[in-house]
Amino acid sequence: MSDTIPRTAASGNTAAAIARPGSLYRMSRQRSTIAFLFALPLLVVIGGLIVYPGVYAMYLSTLNTRMNRFIGLGNYTFLFSRDTFWMVVEQSCLFAITAVIFKALIGIVTAHLVNNLPSKGQRKWRGMLLIPWVMPLSLSTLGWRWLLDPTYSAFNWLFAQVGGPQIGWLSDPMWARFSAILVNVWFGAPFFLIMYLAALKSVPGELYEAASIDGATAWQKLIHVTLPMMRNIISITVLFSLIVTFANYDIVNVLTAGGPRNMTHVFATWAFQLGIASGDIPLGASVSLFMFPILGVCAFFILRGVRQRGREI
Amino acid sequence: MAQVTLNKVVKKFDQTEAVRGIDLDIADQEFVVLVGPSGCGKSTTLRMIAGLEETTAGEIVIGGQIVNDLPPKDRDIAMVFQNYALYPHMTVFENMSFGLRLKKFPKAEIKQRVERAARILDITELLQRRPRQLSGGQRQRVAMGRAIVRNPKVFLFDEPLSNLDAKLRVQMRTEIKKVHQQVRTTTVYVTHDQVEAMTLADRVVVMNGGLIEQIGTPHELYHTPKTRFVAGFIGSPAMNFLPCRLVEHSGALSAQMGGGLTLPVPAERSATYRSYLNRDLIFGIRPEHVTETRSYGAGAEFTMPVDVVEPMGMETMIYFVVDGAEVCARVSPEAALQPGERMRFMADMRHMHLIDPENDGVIEVPASARVNGAATAA
Repeated sequence: MSDTIPRTAASGNTAAAIARPGSLYRMSRQRSTIAFLFALPLLVVIGGLIVYPGVYAMYLSTLNTRMNRFIGLGNYTFLFSRDTFWMVVEQSCLFAITAVIFKALIGIVTAHLVNNLPSKGQRKWRGMLLIPWVMPLSLSTLGWRWLLDPTYSAFNWLFAQVGGPQIGWLSDPMWARFSAILVNVWFGAPFFLIMYLAALKSVPGELYEAASIDGATAWQKLIHVTLPMMRNIISITVLFSLIVTFANYDIVNVLTAGGPRNMTHVFATWAFQLGIASGDIPLGASVSLFMFPILGVCAFFILRGVRQRGREI
Repeated sequence: MAQVTLNKVVKKFDQTEAVRGIDLDIADQEFVVLVGPSGCGKSTTLRMIAGLEETTAGEIVIGGQIVNDLPPKDRDIAMVFQNYALYPHMTVFENMSFGLRLKKFPKAEIKQRVERAARILDITELLQRRPRQLSGGQRQRVAMGRAIVRNPKVFLFDEPLSNLDAKLRVQMRTEIKKVHQQVRTTTVYVTHDQVEAMTLADRVVVMNGGLIEQIGTPHELYHTPKTRFVAGFIGSPAMNFLPCRLVEHSGALSAQMGGGLTLPVPAERSATYRSYLNRDLIFGIRPEHVTETRSYGAGAEFTMPVDVVEPMGMETMIYFVVDGAEVCARVSPEAALQPGERMRFMADMRHMHLIDPENDGVIEVPASARVNGAATAA
């Protein structure tokens, strides 16, 4: 009797000792746990580089210029009363929307052209057309600045040779806006090209054959087969490009630095100008936060469309 | 409704010749099946009729009009693809009506045509669904429906059943046959499955290596194949082939196989075969003509050790080896023995074939010296 009790106690202990690592083991084997562990590095990066600075920017935007007093929404009411702010809103929207539309159009046309090339030469063209996108943006924009420079503009030189007008590419406000959009389109169109080319290649060839037999012309195939099949890719590419273009900094900064008369500033460059260059960090933070709700609304509608179509097809 | 004629049609892809000059006449309302192993050029031929591939040489005539230079939409054909090729973003109704809508048919007529086709195919309740929500068999029906609403001169089917499971395939096969009986349209159907070919076709075209091996009714192909390829391709299990030598013993011919097996040639074939005396030939006989010994029917008897036994239910396949070559016999389940046992077989030599290895042609036997499949009684 006396030795049976310790034995049961001992066996109870071992059972508990086995059970604890067992449940831990089971937990570690669960799919959700594994998924979480795999996602953890990304969560750390997002937390450290996006969530923390984002929240910190919100906090900063509620302080006064010397960052020693809480002023609530004071920075925002100040911004709303400034004409420059509304000009930057207008220019940011104009810049992003116009550039994305042209990038999408050029992307879809070139994707079709490249897709119809014989497969032998196709890789060469694909590679060459991607060059604007793979070059460091600040470098290529510098190149553009020399082409458009008020004094040394290569374009103006060419125009002069044929007796054309001299244009203030970067000094005339309207032309400066045009130039910023032009460089952005030049840089971003290859991204659309490559996305659309991939989407085009994923449309089963049989659908086009079926459409030929159904009597569709090339245009009707584009409207009734290609575009509907690519709608999701188009939406996602447009959304992605809209975000990147809206938040663009390098092109405007290198090309015009916001001038002339702040006419080419977008949110990112103006926020930098106010916050870092002029030293009013809370005001700069408030400007940069304006991008967030605008893009949030765009993303909501575009992704909702994608989800709906995902269910249909 | 139209005839389809192919005149010396050739298709070259770069250096390879996929179709090497074929002639084919398809009568109005006929159901013709192109059959052959993969790479034999059958799909290419169909795609040339559809206009999806250009012909390298020769001409294709549909309904009396040379269509070589016409795009698919002007050939008045409809095609059912292997992967159905339904537009995933359109409903079944939109899929079926797409061609008519492009041709600007009045709405009422489109509706009426689609509904009629849907009734024929029993898919009326699916008209508002999208392809994603349909099973494989239903998608197949929609693909056929899309062809029917167009009311074309010719239906083209490109291996339409190969993506379905075995049971559904048999069911859809019957369905296709039924549809053809209702909508009597000239049909060209491509398959690699000889059972599909035999069951569906008015006439079967057996293709091999870009050439037509033989054209004939299923019955003709089965009982009087013209080449060794056709003899071996049509029929399942395939025909047995054994190298043999034709010898004569006191006026009677017999086929001498390796391994000491000699089978007598029926007397009525002697005249035809005599010129091949003492030549090396290939002896061919179908499994159902090698059976257990039976009290009825005539045949040459011999004994062989059983190698493999495959019970199929209503019959049993028995394999034995003659001089290294495997031979399949179809026996009744009660008569089947176990592997290793010696079994008495009977070969019905009236159904034998002799193949000349020089040209791989089956030596033709006049109809008077042949028994047809139906008339087996002596």
